[in-house]
Amino acid sequence: MSSQAARWIGQIVLYAAFAAAIAVLSQWPEYRPVAADQALLKVSFLHHGQRLQACVEQTPQELAKLPPNMRAPTRCPRERSPVTVEVELDGSLVYRQTAAPSGLSRDGTASVYRSIPVTAGAHRVHVRIRDSARSEGFDFEHEGVVQFDPLQVRVVDFSAEQGGITIR
Amino acid sequence: MNAPRPLPRLQAAWAWCEDRLDLASPRLNPLRHLGSIALLMFWVLVASGIYLYAMIDTSVDDAHASIDRLSREQWYLGGLLRSMHRYAADVLVLTTVLHLLREWSFGRFRRFRAATWWTGVALLPLITVSAIGGFWLNWDQLGQYSAIATAEWLDWWPLFASPFTRNFLGAASISDRLFSLFVFVHIGVPLLMVFGLWFHLRRLAHAAVWPPRPMLWTMLSLLLGLAAVAPVLSHAPADLTRVPEVLAYDWILLFVHPLVTVTSSTAVWLATLGLLALLLLLPFWRGAAVAAPAVAEVDPAHCSGCRRCVADCPYDAIRMVEHPTRRGFALAEVDADACASCGICVGSCPSSTPFRSMQHLRTGIDMPQQPIDALRRALRERLGQASAKSALVVFGCDHAAPVRALEAGDVAAFSLICSGMLPPSFIEYALRDGAAGVLVATCRDGGCAFRLGQRWTAQRLAREREPALRATVPTEKFACVAAGPGDILAVSEALARLRAQTTGETRSQVAVESPAR
Repeated sequence: MSSQAARWIGQIVLYAAFAAAIAVLSQWPEYRPVAADQALLKVSFLHHGQRLQACVEQTPQELAKLPPNMRAPTRCPRERSPVTVEVELDGSLVYRQTAAPSGLSRDGTASVYRSIPVTAGAHRVHVRIRDSARSEGFDFEHEGVVQFDPLQVRVVDFSAEQGGITIR
Repeated sequence: MNAPRPLPRLQAAWAWCEDRLDLASPRLNPLRHLGSIALLMFWVLVASGIYLYAMIDTSVDDAHASIDRLSREQWYLGGLLRSMHRYAADVLVLTTVLHLLREWSFGRFRRFRAATWWTGVALLPLITVSAIGGFWLNWDQLGQYSAIATAEWLDWWPLFASPFTRNFLGAASISDRLFSLFVFVHIGVPLLMVFGLWFHLRRLAHAAVWPPRPMLWTMLSLLLGLAAVAPVLSHAPADLTRVPEVLAYDWILLFVHPLVTVTSSTAVWLATLGLLALLLLLPFWRGAAVAAPAVAEVDPAHCSGCRRCVADCPYDAIRMVEHPTRRGFALAEVDADACASCGICVGSCPSSTPFRSMQHLRTGIDMPQQPIDALRRALRERLGQASAKSALVVFGCDHAAPVRALEAGDVAAFSLICSGMLPPSFIEYALRDGAAGVLVATCRDGGCAFRLGQRWTAQRLAREREPALRATVPTEKFACVAAGPGDILAVSEALARLRAQTTGETRSQVAVESPAR
């Protein structure tokens, strides 16, 4: 075989190897985001914590000092309380998070997101949320047995206006 | 003569690999055409993407079905184009990374190359974002996994009042509006890339927008072959109530998600931003770099305003201005910041001919560190020596094979800043001054340190480009060889062939004074 023929064969082999590498790396090895016997419990909500200070009635003298368009009868400090969430799975604490309110004035919503791998099967799930300045205890709680099928995603959501904590 | 300066280790390693892959032809060596292959892939993505966008439905409910239908019912066109679209993205990412590594290993990111380097680095995040966003439009399990993983990674930044991840908590939270965002990411970002590419190529004259034709057809055939043999198919439709069990995973485009999983969002953000900062700051790093060489200087008394230097400058560093003293004449002006100090303009200047009768040869544009007059004097002096009668003259390049190693009693070797600096008339001049033959050693095709020196030299010697070698010069009296930095033996063999051709003397090859790099 001439040297030139060998070079052409080498060039073809090189391109074939490159094509094979592309084909393989674009589909293989397979990837498993979670093990087959696992499920996910996603804890996610947006919530305004309670105000850190109560609204106060303004006196007529105080109102008179304000421009006419700003004479609201009550004055409410803007800052909100951080929101704390705890999740227990079969009696063990698996997640605890204190989320600060968003915004420069700390008056926005606190947001929580966590994806927790759970072994498939039935589990007792206990969720507690504190959205006030209290130092002990919780303002909202939910407890129950939840069935997790393999690879199933269950979501813990929270809306104070729509029934509090829900697991769907 | 100075001993050849050894190449930095990384550059030597890359040059070695590059030379080995010149199998059938340098024009088919992908390592020599990485930038233009990446550009070709970009245009393949644009062309196939336009067809796919026209054919598919970009809504939550119908996206998956329409793409799947395209693959199964129109496999001969839509299916092939879809697969080529994906594989072109894979090749684009790989060749872009290799292109960056090549330029980095060759130290090509400083001075006049800095702007090109920065704009190239800026394209990296755009390519990545656009490539990942393409998976979401399909809205199958892989797209679902990638979209959620990306949202989780982005939510590391505490900037948004509502986390992105809340968009993926259930089918009710996915809307066509969100799909509009997906479309923007996958189509809007490539539009930004077009602007980025324009900036990237702006300072390169005669930019290789397309690879050489053999390479172009090879790459297109490769994509088509891949699409036919291993067509890309969708996973099952996205289902936000379940985690995908097994994914046929594209590790080239989606490597970042598993990386976040095995490390953390913080680690990957730090690595990403750190790497980008490092790449952007690289032009300021002095390292082993020597001081910037002098740039080309124009001599108004000898510049005829012919514009050949403008046409040949690889970095668009020369423009014509009004001549200060000769009314109606133009004068070349060098942009010092853009000048690569390659001397290619000297080779293109008609005033660089050594046949001019002046005692000190002056030309229209010259390199202060290696004036054309010094080359003529050295050539005369060398050919005037008694031992050099019927000598062979070798003109080489500081960035290619170290021709000075061939210097001997009957071999006069001259190394120029770039082979493109050699005015072709020097070949005729050397032959008239007694040389038996002249060998011009350039970089390999596609391997020129200054992009176009090898190409212009080959064209000038083939009488296809001005200033061309005169037709009266016998073709058997000169030769041109393309050899990389580590390829002095190829030059030595070419010299032996030229010797046999011109003198009838047969020596297997000329002895090399010092070992090749």
